[in-house]
Amino acid sequence: MNATAKTMTDNAALLEIKGVDKKFGGVNALRDIGFCLNQGSITGLIGPNGAGKTTLFNLITGVFPADRGEIRFKGRPVNRCRVHELVRLGIARTFQNVELFENMTVLENILVGLHTRTKCGMLESMLRFPRTIREEKKAMTRATELLEFVGLQKYMHQRSSDLPFGWQRLLELARALAAEPGLLLLDEPAAGLNMSETRELGELIKQIKDQGITILLVEHDMSLTMSISEKIVVLDQGKKIAEGPPRTVQSDETVMAAYLGKAKK
Amino acid sequence: MQEILQYLFSGITNGAIYAVIAVGFSMLYSSTELINFAHGEFVMLGALSMVTLAAGFGWPLVPAFVLTVAAVGMAGLLFERLAIRPVRQPDHIVLIIITVGASIFLRGLGMLIWGKDAYSMQPFSDHPPIDVAGAKLLAQSIWILVIVMALTAGLHLFYRRTLTGKAMSACAVSKKAAWIVGIPTKWMVLLAFALATAMGAVAGAIIAPVTMSSYDMGTVLGLKGFCAAMLGGLGSLWGAILGGFLLGILEALGVGFVSSGLKDATAFVLLLLVLYVRPQGIIGSAEVKRF
Amino acid sequence: MGDRSQKIIYAVFVLAVILLGWGIDNAYYLQMLIFIGINTLLALSLNMLMGYAGQISLGHAAFYGIGAYVTAILTATYQVPPLLSLPAAVCMAMFVAWIVGIPTLRLSGYYLGMGTLGFGMIVHIVFREWSSVTGGASGFVGIPPLTAGPLTFDSERHYFFLVWTVVLLAIIMCRRIIDSRVGRALRAIHDGEKAAAAVGVDTKKLKLQVFVLSAGMAALAGFLYAHLIYFISPGTFGFVTSIRIVTMVVIGGMASIWGSLFGASLLTLLPEWLHAFSEFEMVVYGLILMTVMIFLPRGLTRGLLDIYERYRKNNDR
Repeated sequence: MNATAKTMTDNAALLEIKGVDKKFGGVNALRDIGFCLNQGSITGLIGPNGAGKTTLFNLITGVFPADRGEIRFKGRPVNRCRVHELVRLGIARTFQNVELFENMTVLENILVGLHTRTKCGMLESMLRFPRTIREEKKAMTRATELLEFVGLQKYMHQRSSDLPFGWQRLLELARALAAEPGLLLLDEPAAGLNMSETRELGELIKQIKDQGITILLVEHDMSLTMSISEKIVVLDQGKKIAEGPPRTVQSDETVMAAYLGKAKK
Repeated sequence: MQEILQYLFSGITNGAIYAVIAVGFSMLYSSTELINFAHGEFVMLGALSMVTLAAGFGWPLVPAFVLTVAAVGMAGLLFERLAIRPVRQPDHIVLIIITVGASIFLRGLGMLIWGKDAYSMQPFSDHPPIDVAGAKLLAQSIWILVIVMALTAGLHLFYRRTLTGKAMSACAVSKKAAWIVGIPTKWMVLLAFALATAMGAVAGAIIAPVTMSSYDMGTVLGLKGFCAAMLGGLGSLWGAILGGFLLGILEALGVGFVSSGLKDATAFVLLLLVLYVRPQGIIGSAEVKRF
Repeated sequence: MGDRSQKIIYAVFVLAVILLGWGIDNAYYLQMLIFIGINTLLALSLNMLMGYAGQISLGHAAFYGIGAYVTAILTATYQVPPLLSLPAAVCMAMFVAWIVGIPTLRLSGYYLGMGTLGFGMIVHIVFREWSSVTGGASGFVGIPPLTAGPLTFDSERHYFFLVWTVVLLAIIMCRRIIDSRVGRALRAIHDGEKAAAAVGVDTKKLKLQVFVLSAGMAALAGFLYAHLIYFISPGTFGFVTSIRIVTMVVIGGMASIWGSLFGASLLTLLPEWLHAFSEFEMVVYGLILMTVMIFLPRGLTRGLLDIYERYRKNNDR
């Protein structure tokens, strides 16, 4: 019974959202949201400003809990988990405004990203067992690999705040990957990037997907979203108004109405 | 009953002082997001100047009071220009140390000018204490209450009715926005410093007759005024007033019913309680909460 | 910093301690150096909390005092050997830090400063008013000298070596923490708590851990102080001391271990030098504090380095 339930979720959905509500004061930020993210897929989350995308992001990453409804990750309810617990379970994210550790080097940023995949505690760090040194070496190798993946290995000893903005985004992406997530949430990863940088980013996201990582993408750049997503979820005023493959969603009338204003009625 | 009333009277008197000091803290915090650890030292300067002018030089009360407040206000201006404006990296740890440095400097200055002796002066008027149900209310207490109330009303009107007052409130909400609509924010900061330190001087001047004034009286008064400001809600005028009176009364009752040694602890226990339970203070709104 | 150069620095440090310990015969100078050692421990403990994790404490003298009073009471009143009172003193401070830290560390910025200030004041008042146990405002007399088995640390020279061995060990431990996974997570919290949580750092737990560790180190300093002076009074553990510890850290340079040593040395020696100014002492001290913070907010060590860099760049052009 238990085993079948597990395989079912494995095959079907990595993340399930069901009937989620969230209110701030008297405002309904989200109403009755429900959709699934399939294992190894890229899903785009779009909607006009104030549609509730960021709120939904914060719910999934555990910044605050939902008022009602259920969020399941790998079949397990995660409504009440705190942010860092969710990272441990396998949900990592990037931020819209890039939140790096500015006073730390590029390499150190990645090493912090490996926090959940390493163990050494306060006492152990003082005593420095052979195991501790081995773990540190392994972390270093992994961090270098990740930097190579995003092409920043040459700059690993620079202060992260000294990098140009586009590279900061890549570094943040690599830092999120360091947590070995099953689900990666990207909050407007192309904001502030030029066209060629955006194209490279799209390639990188596809490569990440090919490693088996499921991706949820909030993005204003429609060409990027439509070209890499397998499924699009559209929010408007806190409600889901459409869900489906990019082509279907693009021609959906309610979606067009939400974006361009109401044409008829 | 009579005893409780007596404690209450002394509590209200002290509370009024704490309230004025707290208003100074709050005023400065709301316009500059700065907590001035030297604020208590301005209270000390106020008290000692008042004593010198009124008792030492034999000046009449009104000019002595006005000159004291004006002079300490000027010192506040200088403090802003010389020690706060040139700061290159205004983060809160740096500012805390600068104001702490200023407090040590001012205490040292106080000691240079007045020495280590404690001074006292006559009450503002020599009416005998008033008898209320067996408890005695000092004439100076009434003076203190009247002055504090007048001051509060004046400040309230200043913030609500005058253009300058409104401009200062605007700075408190958003300095950038205020600057964009053409409010000279730098002047407003300077004014806030002058007003806040003048507030400290008023507190010093009105307690000079009921306490012994010396160069090291400021630290404890400053810390308690600060607790009062937190108690009511940092950044709010009425919060500071409420916090001041509440602290004064609770402290007096604490002395009466627990022990006089623990009097000083009252303020800090209240401070911790407020911080843990309701960091925005009793009447501060959640939006004022600045973390 | 490379591993090699770090070892060289440690070697220089050890050599300096040995040379000073054997070379100096003047009891006053040795005592000054012992005080510098104790203050370095204090600065180091606060630097872990404030410099690295970014959590200010304006009540650190409380833990220093708890360390001193616990060992004083245990060894003098109850004749417990110092070797046993040491863990008791450190654990007590850590326990108090744990209890107080849970609600206090939820605060940040000025509010955290005020919370720790209030806590420090309360502890200070307890030392002063609980006379039956602490000796009250007049202080606690008759603390025995430190003995450990056959060793008695009652001469300045012995105490000097003891204190500086402890300082060296503390420096090595702190360095190791900072260069580890935990240390990186601490600095991450300093740079951005939200982002630190988003990479999986349990910020609440880690802040509490470093607060507890910091309290334990301060208590160790208090323990050493009590058995050095044999007499303690509440005045030593009040607001002024808390601020002095903060000043040592900031003047020496936040997030710099050798800066803590430098800040502690300066703040220990400065009042001695300023005695020359007699009544101007406080004025000058206040002025120095303000001037350094206004013009070199990153501390003296970093600040002077910055100035040197700028000077060199100007010359290159």
